[in-house]
Amino acid sequence: MSSAPPALSPHPALAQCPLPLDDYPAVVLAHGGGGRLGKQLVEQLFFPALGNPLLAAFHDGSVLEVGGARIALSTDSYVVKPAFFPGGDIGSLAVHGTVNDLAMCGARPLALSAGFILEEGFPMADLWRVATSMRDAAARAGVQVVTGDTKVVDRGTGDGVYLNTTGVGVVPPGVAIAPARARPGDVVLLSGDIARHGIAIMSVREGLEFETALASDSAPLHDMVAPLLAHLGERVHVLRDPTRGGVASALVEIAGSAQVGVRLQEAAIPVWEEVRGACEILGFDPLYVANEGKLLAIVAREAAEEALALLRAHPLGTEAAIVGEVVAEHPGKVFLKSRIGGTRVVEMLSGEQLPRIC
Amino acid sequence: MRYVDEYRDEATARKLFEAIRRRTTRPWTLMEICGGQTHTLVKFGIDEMLPPAITLVHGPGCPVCVTPLELIDRAVALARRPEVIFTSFGDMLRVPGSETDLLAVKAAGGDVRIVYSPLDAVKLAEQNPQRQVVFFAVGFETTAPANAAAVWAAHQKGLQNFSILSSHVLVPPAMEAILADPENRVQGFLAAGHVCAVMGYREYAPIAARHRIPIVVTGFEPLDLLHGILMTVEMLEDGRWGVENQYVRAVREEGNVPAQALMQQVFQITDRQWRGIGAIPASGLALQPQLAAYDAQERFGLGTITATENGACMAGAIMRGLAKPHECRLFGGDCTPEHPVGAPMVSSEGACAAYYHYRRAE
Repeated sequence: MSSAPPALSPHPALAQCPLPLDDYPAVVLAHGGGGRLGKQLVEQLFFPALGNPLLAAFHDGSVLEVGGARIALSTDSYVVKPAFFPGGDIGSLAVHGTVNDLAMCGARPLALSAGFILEEGFPMADLWRVATSMRDAAARAGVQVVTGDTKVVDRGTGDGVYLNTTGVGVVPPGVAIAPARARPGDVVLLSGDIARHGIAIMSVREGLEFETALASDSAPLHDMVAPLLAHLGERVHVLRDPTRGGVASALVEIAGSAQVGVRLQEAAIPVWEEVRGACEILGFDPLYVANEGKLLAIVAREAAEEALALLRAHPLGTEAAIVGEVVAEHPGKVFLKSRIGGTRVVEMLSGEQLPRIC
Repeated sequence: MRYVDEYRDEATARKLFEAIRRRTTRPWTLMEICGGQTHTLVKFGIDEMLPPAITLVHGPGCPVCVTPLELIDRAVALARRPEVIFTSFGDMLRVPGSETDLLAVKAAGGDVRIVYSPLDAVKLAEQNPQRQVVFFAVGFETTAPANAAAVWAAHQKGLQNFSILSSHVLVPPAMEAILADPENRVQGFLAAGHVCAVMGYREYAPIAARHRIPIVVTGFEPLDLLHGILMTVEMLEDGRWGVENQYVRAVREEGNVPAQALMQQVFQITDRQWRGIGAIPASGLALQPQLAAYDAQERFGLGTITATENGACMAGAIMRGLAKPHECRLFGGDCTPEHPVGAPMVSSEGACAAYYHYRRAE
């Protein structure tokens, strides 16, 4: 080696960090809540550090050109609490979540990786439950877990089990999905009722337990996406599974990416009675509650009816509905026509919704 | 959904809007007391569909908003103590104290937990005998009975490690304070239905008579509010004053008598400082002397903490009906839900948060 090692200098990171440190000198929970703070963290800290044109699309995953094929890549970490909940567990969720992120790129999922971070003392029987649940979910989704990793952390420094999955998939020819492709005149479809996953988790969360028969809607969505893409091709402009932050945050992000406006009809958005009841009690707006087995599709107007029929033909999409439209007015903003005819703007929340006082 | 959809029906709403339009011949300023009502009005776009002659101003009925800064600072001081499990309703965690908020204390390692019922905090105290569990007991007459029940349960169980940091407030003295203000412009009140479900509405009659003002006990769904507005406008147009009850499906004149008895058993009336408004005599609830052991301020010997508000924040004027949120120069710029300066920007019931979430695009 001929060149000298670089001279040591004070670490410049603090001085250069673009996210004003006096605002948030430390990470708070809301940075992970799927709202405005999370978006700020990505845009102002991660993007300046890691940014490139693919990352700049701010989609659920990225599509890479590899030897003429288009490969979709997506990753997600799972810290759901509790790890076992009505309708699923962290294992099935980690498969569905990443499979769905790939599906939202228009890709056919191929394979997943699984990274386990386990806390010392986590019961082996529970780990077996998680692993077999992953196996079953992967089989149902038609993917395999082809590589993995395990780390164990000291008791008290984790929360039982954390899981990361990364997925790859292939995007078929004639598919062009991107948030920026939403354009005025497009129609917004929703594949079914909203807010079930978030409320099911809430119902078993420590300190908030309430009795409900609700189970998470967690499910793989690529089977429902495939016929949509096969029949409508490039007329499907945007796909998004509205997880953390709910339908509201997903649409606000899309409106921002595409610089279009979105108009929603509150009365058209399906919400199950029991979910609405729980939301009324907790003071939550179902528009901001997480889903794990639902998708938003933004399609060209002339394809809307066909898209609706295709969604409804799938067992996961029987309650699919047209819930709004894309407009040229108020770019970057989402408006909602309320049940009684008034109009209001739909904003991203700062973090997660907190149960109210009275 | 039953009991909700009936009160969000578009055709009935149109009829009520039309009736309000027909009955309104002059400008009137009404105040809805409760922040929950404010949010319904703004969320459903009701205030913008009313005839322009009707101005709605937003009242002080947001527990998060009126809790004094000093008390938030006390909560922060308690939550930082290693022996304390500090429990609170969710929306108190984001309220800024003079230096920090409870969420930041949690991020820094404080044991701060959200509970949905004060009785869950009592349960935590039973499960953690070696820790001190403090519950942040804020709210109006609506939350007071449940908090009283928690203190009473702890007393019955002989729990030595449960206490409350209490900042209970009462609605009628605040209405008096608003009406007594020389700048007051409120001509009619929509009283808070849930407060009246507990307290009944007899205590409003003297206020209505003294100030010759209509007070209509009103619910929280869109049609409740439209109906309450119509009833108030009719009284104003007819030159009538007094108390009427729109929320008959939940409110009886005498209220919930057992709940009131429990409150009296546990709490006594005291003077109270209101954030943004100031001291109002006999406007709060404190623990009865024989239950003082459950008062966190006594138990932990918290001395005097003084705090000063940001002078530019108009929270006080907004909660007295003298200004609207967007008239504050901090609104949406220096003061946002991420960086709230005033408490009304934080709470799910705060007027500023309602305008920010549902109106900012204008």
